Amino acid sequence: MNTKTNTTENHFFSSEGKKMDIKGKLIVGTTQLAVALIIAILFIILGIIVYEGRDKFSWEFISSFPTDGMTKGGIFPALIGTFILVIVMSIAAVPFGTITAIYLTEYAKENSVIAAAVRFSIRTLAVVPSIIFGLFGLGFFIQFVGAGADTVLNGGQLRWGQPNILWASLTMSLLTLPVIIVSVEEALKTIPRELREASLALGATKWQTIRKVVFPGSISGIMTGTILAVSRGAGEVAPILFTGAAYYLATLPGSLSDQFMNLGYHIYIMSTQSSDVEKTMPIQFATTLVLLLLTLSLNLVAVLIRSRIRRKAK
Amino acid sequence: MNSQLSNTNFTKESLKKQFRLSEFLAEKIISSVAFLSIAIIFLIFVFVFKESLPIFSKGKEAPKTEVQATDSASKPESYGTTSTEELKPESYGAEPTEELKPETYGSETVSQADLQPESYGDVKAEPLTADSGEMTDKVTENTDGAGNTWNTFFTTEWVPVSDNPRFGLLGLLIGTLKVTVIAMLIAGPLAVLAALFTSCFASKKTKEIIKPIIEMLAAFPSVVIGFFALMVLASFFQNVFGYDSRLNAFIGGVAMALAAIPIIYTISEDALSSIPKTYTEASLALGASKWQTAFFVVLPAATPGIFAALLLGVGRVFGETMIALMATGNAALVSANPFESVRTFAATIGAEMAETVFGETHYSVLFFIGSLLFIFSFALNALAEFYVKGKLIKKFQGK
Repeated sequence: MNTKTNTTENHFFSSEGKKMDIKGKLIVGTTQLAVALIIAILFIILGIIVYEGRDKFSWEFISSFPTDGMTKGGIFPALIGTFILVIVMSIAAVPFGTITAIYLTEYAKENSVIAAAVRFSIRTLAVVPSIIFGLFGLGFFIQFVGAGADTVLNGGQLRWGQPNILWASLTMSLLTLPVIIVSVEEALKTIPRELREASLALGATKWQTIRKVVFPGSISGIMTGTILAVSRGAGEVAPILFTGAAYYLATLPGSLSDQFMNLGYHIYIMSTQSSDVEKTMPIQFATTLVLLLLTLSLNLVAVLIRSRIRRKAK
Repeated sequence: MNSQLSNTNFTKESLKKQFRLSEFLAEKIISSVAFLSIAIIFLIFVFVFKESLPIFSKGKEAPKTEVQATDSASKPESYGTTSTEELKPESYGAEPTEELKPETYGSETVSQADLQPESYGDVKAEPLTADSGEMTDKVTENTDGAGNTWNTFFTTEWVPVSDNPRFGLLGLLIGTLKVTVIAMLIAGPLAVLAALFTSCFASKKTKEIIKPIIEMLAAFPSVVIGFFALMVLASFFQNVFGYDSRLNAFIGGVAMALAAIPIIYTISEDALSSIPKTYTEASLALGASKWQTAFFVVLPAATPGIFAALLLGVGRVFGETMIALMATGNAALVSANPFESVRTFAATIGAEMAETVFGETHYSVLFFIGSLLFIFSFALNALAEFYVKGKLIKKFQGK
């Protein structure tokens, strides 16, 4: 009797399941197809860029200056310019981002309007088009701060009131700020509340707790955030289009008031404004390959650190 | 006893006082730094908008309506003339390219410039050593003619550099919308379906592989995607469809879809995964199959989140600069054909800002476009945030 009902039940379910199966498989298949398509496109892009760029890609290419009107030679100044850009950017953005994240997790109250406003502005900062940062850099840093500094410090002589690496880096730091804040905040949230409470119970003040307990726990988050920000900053071009990137420079930037070359900008001008686009194609692909390797490997490192944080939190 | 108690109270307070200064300072510094992010948003708006102010004031001072922009032959004058040639339309942005510079000052060459095509060829390549003098002339010139600026906003002609510059934003708006629609038609379904698979059908192991890979797409700089579209996609699709202009709205849309996919995917995946387990369990317990649960329970419940994801995707595409600069052809043509070149707002700023002069009308108009973009993305974000929050809170409060 028992077995009988069981079989009928089984029968009922299996036939029901089969009826649905065709339609269901079709639907599940469609979603699978979408995933497959996206991943395929990703690897096609990667594959083509690696394939086309592999011939030119060498140590010599990375470590030499462009020659012959940028139709030959390497990308050394662009690479160095990108490095300086992300370093200055990190120096500006990391402390700022970390402190904001500490405020949001440690000081802000759950329902406070101010904290909500801060969060909202950070999210807005994350979705503002990057070209707007470029405009802001031009309008604020160059025309307002830079020109103001010139009239005060240099007696009207033009030094800071023009595009340079400092203004480009600061512009970029605004763009990457949300990335850092989000990462640090995430790391801070993984620190157990008991740890803070234990510290407070032992008589430490809130500030001591933050300095000795919370901050050390956020180091990995700061690292992830910085790496992700560097990856982002190295690849963005729109914010530096008119805040400091230069078409071609024979020398490396010597001070913060110099212009600089940049990998992404180099790709852009080489592929759209070069005198002979066809001829420099291998150089363009190799430059793209360098930039892509840079951003992807940085991202990979960040993802690995982040997954370790998450595992630890569990 | 009583005195002892008051004594401990006293020491406690004195202890607090000892630490107060440094703590007070640290706390104040931390919260003021946090407020800076609010200030930045405010400053961005103020400074981008400030630079665009001249067009408003000048427009009122000199209401001169000399130009009938609408009836003059628009086609030959717009940049579209060169759209059939591969890379020319894009050559705007470069400050240092010599052949393009004369265009900026080409205005003085012909008096009835509006009757003649303003393509590259016919402008005399003059030595430009006397730049600064001419610039100041030009600025004053523009102050007179600036009354036209407002009137030309609602036309489709974008001829910023000529004797009577016309700043028709409609053409740019249509171009931007065209690219956005194409990109979202591709990216929206793909990303949402992929998110649905990841959160509802994939096993835990598959999910752990798929998710980071798709999110890796977000690490592709937009200049790389633009470059790929320019060099590979453009030729590929031209061979497939056989249209005339190699760079067009369709290519730009496809490339921008690649940029929008990771955003839409990540946010909608989050939304789908945050549906309470009780929902799916209840549905499965009632005898619904997995896909029925996914489509009729999980998907509807996550609609606000997916809507927000799509909005943010639109925001990304709308303001994308480098892909638009490199892959859309940059000719402000008005047509419904997706295989025609277009020029977007962001690309216009990116391409032309470098060759404008501080204080010029053209400069102000570009900043005005910038403030439009900023307001738009701000509104999109606010809508996504508040709509979603309101909906979600209502939905899951009973949980």
